[in-house]
Amino acid sequence: MATKPMRIRASVKDGVTEIKALIAHEMETGQRKDANGAIVPAHFITELTATHNGKVVLSSEFGTAISKNPYLAFKFKGGAAGDKIALTWKDNKGETRTDEAAIA
Amino acid sequence: MNNQRRKVLKTGTGAAVLGALAAAGLITPGMALADWNKAAFEAKSMADTLKALGAVQPADSKDVQVTGPDIAENGAVVPVGVTSAIAGTTMLAILIDKNPNALAASFTLPAGTEANVQTRVKMGQTSNVYALVKAGDKFYMATKEIKVTLGGCGG
Repeated sequence: MATKPMRIRASVKDGVTEIKALIAHEMETGQRKDANGAIVPAHFITELTATHNGKVVLSSEFGTAISKNPYLAFKFKGGAAGDKIALTWKDNKGETRTDEAAIA
Repeated sequence: MNNQRRKVLKTGTGAAVLGALAAAGLITPGMALADWNKAAFEAKSMADTLKALGAVQPADSKDVQVTGPDIAENGAVVPVGVTSAIAGTTMLAILIDKNPNALAASFTLPAGTEANVQTRVKMGQTSNVYALVKAGDKFYMATKEIKVTLGGCGG
């Protein structure tokens, strides 16, 4: 299945960079049943890493309780306009995706 | 080291033994980046999850805060934030007591990243939401009850 791009916004204010990301992913829990009563297999993001100019600023592990199309916001010190932010996720089926954005 | 490994293999019923070793502190539970902490995410109860995360007796702290709505209309999308004012916070986790698996997410924070993370979670029913914070070698916790009028795990 093709993966869809993330939407990443990064802005810097008073030396602190705030990153907001919307990640397109179905985040299926493995507990839902389809119309025929068969369990829909779990399919969710397990790991998400954010880097700033190649340096890790956040690494997270997700469980099935994260909402569909996850939203994530966090802040870190440093960063300047134009710096590169990259987010990478990996899901339980081994799919990964990386998207990049520049700090505005 | 080899001896130990033999012992594990000999007694070996996999997870149970590993769990026991982790509890005994022989294996440090995974803070490694590449390892998804399966035991913690698959643990059903709060107590088991805390154990899998290596959090022993977290202290209640006023410096840790869970932000979220008092009442969530839609359990499938509940905005939850965790902030910690404790210096040297290296780990944040969101736990939801009454979900099938208590642990929703954990975040590892390198130096320079603020202990302030917002995300959205699913909640099956009204439950206490816990924020677990690790600073230094100590664990701290805070809680907030979020009422759910429509569950997010239905089918």
